[in-house]
Amino acid sequence: MTNTWTDIRNANLILVMGGNAAEAHPCGFKWVTEAKAHNKARLIVVDPRYTRTASVSDYYAPIRTGSDIAFLGGLINYLIANDKIQHEYVRNYTDVSFIVNEGFTFEDGLFSGYNAEKRTYSDKSTWSYEKGADGFAKVDPTLEHPRCVFQLMKKHYSRYTPEVASNICGMPQDRMLKIWEEIAETSQPGKTMTILYALGWTQHSIGAQIIRTAAMVQLLLGNIGLPGGGVNALRGHSNIQGLTDLGLLSNLLPGYMTLAGDAEQDFNAYIAKRALKPLRPGQMSYWQNYGKFHVSLMKAWYADVATAENNWCYDYLPKLDVPGAGYDVLKMFDMMSRGEVRGYFCQGFNPIASLPDKNRVVAAMAKLKWLVIMDPLATETSEFWRNAGEFNNVDTASIQTEVFRLPTTCFAEEDGSLVNSSRWLQWHWKGAEAPGEARTDVAIMSELFLMLRERYRNEGGVYPDPILSLNWPYKIAHEPSPEELAKEFNGYAVKDVTDATGAVVAKAGQQLSGFAQLKDDGSTASGCWIFCGSWTEQGNQMARRDNSDPYGVGQNLGWAWAWPMNRRILYNRASADPSGKPWGPDKKLVWWNGKNWGGADVPDFKPDSAPEAGMNPFIMNPEGVARFFAVDKMAEGPFPEHYEPFETPIGVNPMHPKNDKVISSPVARVLPTVWESFGKADKFPYAATTYRLTEHFHFWTKHCRLNAIIQPEQFVEIGEVLAQEKGIAAGDKVRVSSKRGYIVAVAVVTKRIKPLQVNGQTVHQIGIPLHWGFSGLTRHGYLTNTLVPFVGDGNTQTPESKSFLVNVEKA
Amino acid sequence: MATQDIIARSATTTSASSIRQVEEVAKLIDVSKCIGCKACQVACSEWNDLRDDVGQNHGTYDNPADLTADSWTLMRFTEHENAVGDLEWLIRKDGCMHCAEPGCLKACPSPGAIVQHANGIVDFNQDHCIGCGYCITGCPFNIPRISQKDSKAYKCTLCSDRVSVGLEPACVKTCPTGAITFGTKEDMKHHAEERIVDLKSRGYENAGLYDPAGVGGTHVMYVLHHADKPALYNDLPNDPAVSPMVSLWKGITKPLSLMAMGAAVLAGFFHYVRVGPNRADEEDEAHHEAAVEQVKKKSNDASVKTFDPNQR
Repeated sequence: MTNTWTDIRNANLILVMGGNAAEAHPCGFKWVTEAKAHNKARLIVVDPRYTRTASVSDYYAPIRTGSDIAFLGGLINYLIANDKIQHEYVRNYTDVSFIVNEGFTFEDGLFSGYNAEKRTYSDKSTWSYEKGADGFAKVDPTLEHPRCVFQLMKKHYSRYTPEVASNICGMPQDRMLKIWEEIAETSQPGKTMTILYALGWTQHSIGAQIIRTAAMVQLLLGNIGLPGGGVNALRGHSNIQGLTDLGLLSNLLPGYMTLAGDAEQDFNAYIAKRALKPLRPGQMSYWQNYGKFHVSLMKAWYADVATAENNWCYDYLPKLDVPGAGYDVLKMFDMMSRGEVRGYFCQGFNPIASLPDKNRVVAAMAKLKWLVIMDPLATETSEFWRNAGEFNNVDTASIQTEVFRLPTTCFAEEDGSLVNSSRWLQWHWKGAEAPGEARTDVAIMSELFLMLRERYRNEGGVYPDPILSLNWPYKIAHEPSPEELAKEFNGYAVKDVTDATGAVVAKAGQQLSGFAQLKDDGSTASGCWIFCGSWTEQGNQMARRDNSDPYGVGQNLGWAWAWPMNRRILYNRASADPSGKPWGPDKKLVWWNGKNWGGADVPDFKPDSAPEAGMNPFIMNPEGVARFFAVDKMAEGPFPEHYEPFETPIGVNPMHPKNDKVISSPVARVLPTVWESFGKADKFPYAATTYRLTEHFHFWTKHCRLNAIIQPEQFVEIGEVLAQEKGIAAGDKVRVSSKRGYIVAVAVVTKRIKPLQVNGQTVHQIGIPLHWGFSGLTRHGYLTNTLVPFVGDGNTQTPESKSFLVNVEKA
Repeated sequence: MATQDIIARSATTTSASSIRQVEEVAKLIDVSKCIGCKACQVACSEWNDLRDDVGQNHGTYDNPADLTADSWTLMRFTEHENAVGDLEWLIRKDGCMHCAEPGCLKACPSPGAIVQHANGIVDFNQDHCIGCGYCITGCPFNIPRISQKDSKAYKCTLCSDRVSVGLEPACVKTCPTGAITFGTKEDMKHHAEERIVDLKSRGYENAGLYDPAGVGGTHVMYVLHHADKPALYNDLPNDPAVSPMVSLWKGITKPLSLMAMGAAVLAGFFHYVRVGPNRADEEDEAHHEAAVEQVKKKSNDASVKTFDPNQR
C-alpha cells in the first residue's frame, strides 16, 4: 500500500476494483465502513461479479475480466478531455513536462523497438527522455511540446473513448460514465479517492500494467501522497509483503536491491548502474545511496571477510543467467517437467494447488528425485503422488519421487514479526507450543546449513567460499532467535559510525537508528536496509502498541513500525502544495513549518529542504517526480495498452483488430508446450475467473472444522441467464472444463453475474472459488487451478488466474 | 441460585422478582454494514462450544443451510433487484430476536424451561425442557431447534453468560465491520437513528429500525435499508406476532386445557393399569421428526433459494 489501512477512513471516495476487500480482507474492510460512516465516503465497486464488497457499496458496475486497462485508459481520456485533473499537482509533481526522445513511436499496438521473433522489446532505447547538454532531462513547462509526456499520453489515451472502453469492458456506457464522473470529482485539491486492489489486478498477463494505469489515474487526480488516497495493494498472505521486502525472489536481494546479471561481473559498474543520478536539478534520487545499502548487506552476510579489497565479497553473489523475473516458479516447474531439477524444497507452499495447470505441475513434480515439504499441514503437494480418485487421478506406482515431510510451526507457534499490507512490521508473540515434532522454519534451515557447511569443510567442493565464509553469529547456532535475526535486519555499527561533522552517531556494536546512517565503507551492517530503524538502541520498535492518534488522521505512529522510517503514507510531501501547505483542511498530513517538514506522519522527504529549493516529492525517482511515462521499466511499453487475456472470449483485440500479433500481450513469456494448452472460444466459450472466499484462507482452513462447516463444498457461480440456457438449477452438479482439465462442483446460480455485451457478442462469465482439494475436513473436491493457464504477467510472471476460458455442462 | 433478575418464567404463576434496577440491553444488527463474512457464526460456535455437521452446498452462500440445535445464528443471503433494476445482495444475520413478549415463553408448558431476564434476554433452561417443540410453534421468527442428541430446544442465548459479567455477545466482539453492536436498548436506538440518517442520505428513503411492536419490541434489532419491506430480507416477518393459538392457550383455554391435561394423565394412568405400556406408532415418530428438522418454507421468488435437506 502507498497508504495504510487506518488511513482508508480519510477517503472521500473508495474504488474497489481488481479485488474484493470485504471478502478477502474483512478486518481491514472496517476502515471502509468507517470512512462511509464518519467521513461520508462513497464506495464504488467494479468487478465481474456483484461481490460481498458490492453488497455494501453505493454503486456497482460489472466489467469483463481482463479488460481493466480499457476502463482505466478510458478514464484517463475522460479526465483529460473534461479537464478534471489536479493541475497544480500534475504540473509540479509528475513528469508531464518531460520531453521524450524522438524515435519513440506507437503503431498498430506496438511501441518502438519490438522484436517479433523473441516476443520482446529488445531495443528500449527510444523509451527515454531527451537530455540537454547539462545531462538533465529536457522539459517544457507549457506542456505544448508535441513530444512532452502530457501530449503523448493525451494522444495515446484519446483512442479510449467511452464507446471503445464500454465495447471492450462490456460495461454499460451510462454506468461507466457515472463512475468516471464521480471519480473525476476527486480532482479537487481537498478531495481524495483511494483505490483498493488485490489479485484481481495482479493475476493477469497484463497485471502490472493494469496497476500502473490505476497509478496514472491517481496522479492525474492528485491523489498520491495524501490522506485517503493512494494505490493500495491488499496483500493475500499476512507476511507476503515481508517476503518481497526481504527479497525472496530469485532476481532480488533484500530491500528491493537487484541481483546482478551474468554480464555484470564488475562491482563498480553494478553499483553505478543502480545508484541513479538525478535527472533534474535539485532532486534527491535516493537510490544514489545504493552502494551504502549493498555494502551494509554484504557486511551483515560476510562480516570481516567482506572488505573493500574484495569488493565486499561481490563475487560470492550468484549472477543471474536469465533476464526478467529470473527463476520464477513457472520457469522452475517448466524446467522440472523437463527433468532439469533434481530436488525441490517446498517451504510454506502448496504448488499443486496454488500454481496454474495442476496436471502439468503434478507431472513436473513426478520428475523430481526428491521433494522436501516444510509445512504445518499435510498439504496436497505433500501427497501429490497419492491417487485420490477423480480429484487426483495419478498412477502412484509410476511416481518415484521421494518425499520428506518436515512439520513446521505455524505463525501462532513462534515469536517474530509479520509485515502487513501497510508495510507495518508487527512483532507477535507465541500463542501456543507447536504440536508433535514440529520445528520452526528457522531451526530446520539452520540445521541444514550447518550440516552442509560441515560437509564442505570436511570434503571440500567447487567454490565453497560463499558458504564457509557466511557470518553465523547466533548464540544457538542451530536455532537463531527471532530477536537476533530482527536486530541483524535492522543493522548495527561495525565500527564507530560518524556523521558529516565527524561526530559519532553510533558506537561499534550499537544498533543503528535508521538507514541514513548506513555507509559504504564497511563501518555498518544491515540485513535489509528498509528495515533499518525497526530495532534500534531504544529496543524493538515493532513491538510498540500505542494506538494514539494525536492529529486525528489515523496515522498511529506509535503502533508497530512501518518501513521506511516509520512513514505511514509514501510520497507524503505531495500532501502539501509546492509552497508546503496542505491541499485541504481535512487532508493535513505533513507540511513546511518555516524550518522543517513535520506533521502527523514522518515526512517521506529531506526534512530540512525548504519548498523554495524545488526538491520534488518522489524522492526514489531520479526525476524527482512521478512518472506517467514509465521509460524502460515495464516489459510492455511506457504507456499501458489494452491486450486481451491469452484466452479471450472475443478472439480479437478491439483496439487493434487488424494486428493478430497483439491480441494478447506481445511480450508475456509463453513457455514451450504452453501455446498448445490454450483453449479457444469455439470449444470453451465462457470467461472464467478464480477467487477466494471469506470463509476460507487459501488451502489452509479446509483443515479446520469451523471453516469447513460454514463453507463445506466446492461450488462455481453461474449467472441466471446462462444457467437457464444450460438447464442448470441451483444445487446441480456441473462440470467445468478448460483445455487443461476439468472440475466438478455444485452450481450456485445467481443474479450477481450478468451476461455482458462485448464487441458485438454476449459474454458469460463463470466464477470459480478455489479453496477445496483432496485433503482436509471440507468435502473433498478438485483443485480449481487445474483449469488455469500456465502463463504469467510479462514483468512479474504472476499467473493469469483471473482470465481464461472454460466450458460448463451439467454433470 | 436465586438470580433475582428473572422477570418471566414459562408455565409459572408466581410473581417475578423486581427489586433490581436492570437496564434493558439490545443487539443492533446493521444489515447495511454486514458483509456476510460469517465470523459471527464461527464466534458463536466457538464461545458456545458448538460444532455442527460439515454439510453440503445447496446452491447458495447460506451455510449451514438452516439454523440447527448446533448453529444458533447464520447469514441468510437474498438477491433482490430493486425498482430501478439495480441488484442488491441483502445479507441478514438470523437468530433469536429476544422478544419483549416472547411467544416461545408463552407457549412453553414446562415450568422454568424458558425464562426472561430483566435485561430482556430470553433464555432456555434445558434442565427443564421436555422437548415438546411448542416453543417453535410459539416463535414468530422460527428460531428454536430441537437437538437430535438430547431432544431439547436450543437457540441463541444472546450470550447471557457473557452479558451477565459485563461482556458483549461473542458475535458482537468478533464482527469485523462493526455491523453488530451491543449496549442498552436506548443507546442502540440512538445509534440506529444515526445510521438511518446516513442511509437516507445515500438514497435509501425507507431505511429504518426493525423493532416490531407485535412482539412488544425486540432485544435484537435490525437497521434495514428497506424497513418498509422486511420480508425482502429472506422472509423476515413484516408484522410478527405471537400466534393466536398460543395466546388462546395462555388465556382463556389454559385452565380448561390444564384440566384436560390432568384428565388425560388420569386416563393414561388407567390405560396403563388396564392395558399396559403404550408404543409409539409411526405417525407420532413422523410428527417428532418434523419438529426436529424444521425447514423454513420459502416463497417462490426466484431470488430466494429453496432447498429441502430431506430431498438430498
